[in-house]
Amino acid sequence: MAVLEVRNLSKSFGGLEVLKDISFDVEKGCVVAIIGPSGSGKSTLLRCVNQLEKASGGTVSVCGMELIEGYKNGKPVYAPAETLRAIRLKIGLVFQNFNLFPHMSVLKNITEAPVCVLKKSKQEAEETAVGLLEKMGLSGKANSYPCELSGGQQQRVSIARALALNPEILFFDEPTSALDPELTGEILKVIKELAKEKMTMVIVTHEMAFARDVADHVIFMDGGVIVEEGAPEQLFGDTQNERTKQFLQRYNNN
Amino acid sequence: MNRDEILQCTGVIARYLLPTLKIFGFTLIFSIPLGMVVALLKKCRFKPLAWLINVYILIMRGTPLMLQIITIYYAIPMLKVSDSPFLQNLFAGVDTRSDGYQFTALITAFALNYAAYFAEIFRGGIESIPKGQYEAAAALGMTKTQTFFRVILPQVVKRIVPASSNEVITLVKDTSLASAIAYAEIFRKAREQMVTYSNLTPLFIAGIFYFIMNALLTMLFSAIEKKLDYYK
Repeated sequence: MAVLEVRNLSKSFGGLEVLKDISFDVEKGCVVAIIGPSGSGKSTLLRCVNQLEKASGGTVSVCGMELIEGYKNGKPVYAPAETLRAIRLKIGLVFQNFNLFPHMSVLKNITEAPVCVLKKSKQEAEETAVGLLEKMGLSGKANSYPCELSGGQQQRVSIARALALNPEILFFDEPTSALDPELTGEILKVIKELAKEKMTMVIVTHEMAFARDVADHVIFMDGGVIVEEGAPEQLFGDTQNERTKQFLQRYNNN
Repeated sequence: MNRDEILQCTGVIARYLLPTLKIFGFTLIFSIPLGMVVALLKKCRFKPLAWLINVYILIMRGTPLMLQIITIYYAIPMLKVSDSPFLQNLFAGVDTRSDGYQFTALITAFALNYAAYFAEIFRGGIESIPKGQYEAAAALGMTKTQTFFRVILPQVVKRIVPASSNEVITLVKDTSLASAIAYAEIFRKAREQMVTYSNLTPLFIAGIFYFIMNALLTMLFSAIEKKLDYYK
């Protein structure tokens, strides 16, 4: 069953079309990597699915729930608040800039949403959080504050924070773009671990080698459209589209 | 002035410390929540209201507090006897001859004035919080109210402490403006003593009182800043 189904999704800011007719599925347990030049709409795509931006057209279905019920005068009518909330909780989002809550300890960052959104007991939420921190290799850091951690550690905390809500699918919006190569490695390792556990993930990334290595399906976007997609061996090994070739060439040269 | 006169004079002034502190305390109690409301209303999408709030802030910050105190104090008795039945009714419940009227008028002026300054501090604080904080909270399924009170407000508090301490310290000194409508507080009494003794010393004594209050407040605020220093 597809965890995420996007059909004909479009998005305009004023007159500027940043997403045009985007359609793709994400199957349960699959890892989808989205690559492409800056400004190609990769992040906007994630943000539209996660309701941080309003879509202009198309449909999005998450675990069988429709995000947009229909269209009225050409404008999308979103599902009732309850459904929107349920959809949101199915999706975890990891930001490029971590966006941890600086005034909360690492532990509190992870337990905040389970306690105040899912209404879990503090004890239960903390047990989950401690387990997640151990998994992220951050056992000793529960009582630290985000400002005391390295960028890589902060990003691992934000992955733990997203996982604490037990989402069906995890979105990564350029999770390593704010990190130096050394710290990038530790995040990629964590994502690989999650892939091994069959976590469903959509990863927007500029790390081509990583995308090739970890993804089951790679989407190349440019100018707001999906230019080419396929299995990594096919997209990287037997590139069909000229634009894709050109883009990948530049990466290979570096 | 000899030593006895100075001691006696200090005693007289000290007796009026409480009225000064009353202005200070009541102004803070009313102006801080009011400032919060004004800051939120200013961000409101209903344009006429946001515009009205702007005009209010502009007037409060653009004219002297002393003028505002005198206007509020004298305007209401005048409006009560005006030709307009509407104004007569509006202020019918206000007894301008009662003992409390002077103090009420004072606090009204002070609270309205300080709320405008606090509103600008709060607005600046709220706007300084990065958009990513709202987005992270939203992605975690938090409601707007939860986001504001659990994520945004605690960070705003830390950011507005330095600017607020400035405002609070200014308020201590501004309480002396109450003397403009003959409210008996430290400064008013010091001036009376100055005339009695034909000597400036009573004013300096009052100055020492203000100085001590502000020294204490400065220490309090640096303690608060230190306490909030556990994160960046």
